[in-house]
Amino acid sequence: MGNLESTLGWIIVLVTAVLILVFSLKSYRAKHPPVFRGIEAIQKLKRALGLAVEQGTGIHISLGKASLLQPSSTSAFVGLTTLHRLAQMSATSDQPPVSTSGDGSLAVLSQDVMIAAARETNTFQMYQPDQAQLSGVTPLSYIAGALNVVNDPKIKTNILIGNFGPEAGFLSTASEENDAFTIAASDSLSAQSVFYATAGNPLIGEELYAVPGYLQYSPAHQSSLQAQDILRWGIVVVMVIGALLKVVGVI
Amino acid sequence: MKSPVAAFVAFVIGAIVLVGYFIPAAPLQAIRTPILDWAIVLAGFAGLVAILNLIFGVHIKRIREKTPRQGFSWLVVISFFVVFIAGVILGPTNPNVQNVVTYIQFPIEASLMAVLAITLAYASLKFLQRQRNWMGIVFFVATLFFLVVNSGILSFSSNIPVLRTLVSAAHQLPVGGARGILLGIALGSLATGIRILIGADRPYNN
Repeated sequence: MGNLESTLGWIIVLVTAVLILVFSLKSYRAKHPPVFRGIEAIQKLKRALGLAVEQGTGIHISLGKASLLQPSSTSAFVGLTTLHRLAQMSATSDQPPVSTSGDGSLAVLSQDVMIAAARETNTFQMYQPDQAQLSGVTPLSYIAGALNVVNDPKIKTNILIGNFGPEAGFLSTASEENDAFTIAASDSLSAQSVFYATAGNPLIGEELYAVPGYLQYSPAHQSSLQAQDILRWGIVVVMVIGALLKVVGVI
Repeated sequence: MKSPVAAFVAFVIGAIVLVGYFIPAAPLQAIRTPILDWAIVLAGFAGLVAILNLIFGVHIKRIREKTPRQGFSWLVVISFFVVFIAGVILGPTNPNVQNVVTYIQFPIEASLMAVLAITLAYASLKFLQRQRNWMGIVFFVATLFFLVVNSGILSFSSNIPVLRTLVSAAHQLPVGGARGILLGIALGSLATGIRILIGADRPYNN
């Protein structure tokens, strides 16, 4: 990595960290409460969760196949945070949520998250080891194992959030055919296009990273959305300036 | 209760790995490399723990509870033990153990991909029934348009200057769209990484 790239990297990381910390401050949030555009799919998810709790139907969260040692692990962390929040929100349901994952370390973390949510909501006696399971270790065996959960007649809400390949089309198609509520988000372009064509409520691009913030997980999640918006404007300005300089012939 | 010690350890380790990424100084690399090696070993153990949970916590539990789909669980448990024992006794490089992957797993996965192609084709036919809005129509028209552009039907355009430029511009459109989406994902990844580094997200410390 060159000196310029390294310095730019440092600056971006530091600016993002400072923005997240500043926007998380209680005093700042009191003066400037965060306002976000509505994402229809997430609003529908909240309604579907309420209905699932009321009717006692099951909720399935599939976390994808990202290894925690790969760059795609951030989508898995978003999935874990979402899992934690959903487990808290559905604590009063007769059916505890079920999670499936396609990587061993992700499966172990999902168990940890489920146990923590069960302890927080005083439902630990209801926790079962098959609530957070590794459904397969290759992309297709993971999907095959998760299909077993999607096709469970008790499951009426399927949340697919994490790193998937196009094979995740099996999950979204099966969920839609079972008339279950389906929300699907991925950091992979191929999975996003498959979800757009097959899932009832797809999330595109960075909307994946907005899910915990929109579910009011913590102030840091909402402040990181505000930081992302500012950085996005920065990138737009740099790209426009770059394009103009290219047209003029400076670069 | 969340332990501040675990959060502190995670912050220090994360900071060392991040700083080592930007600054390739020898002392930093001497600390960073073993940390990454430990992470790989730990991930391997986590994989084993998760597989044992799948066998004993999920499938053997289903067999014991005599659930309606216990037949599949029997199949998983028997296959697991046969392959595991063969792998331990003969070694993972043994040709017979390799044959399990080459002649059983690969063909099954290949046939699943074939089924996926049909499933997606069928789903795309039903797509407009579900997404009856302007974005759905744009997506459908764009899919058809780029199918035509990438099919090679327009290869004659290479002899017509204006058409050649238009087809070339059309080829660049998906690249531009993909870059836009990837920039958003990169920003989301950056914010998530920093949240974990500063301890706002602690999936390791519940």
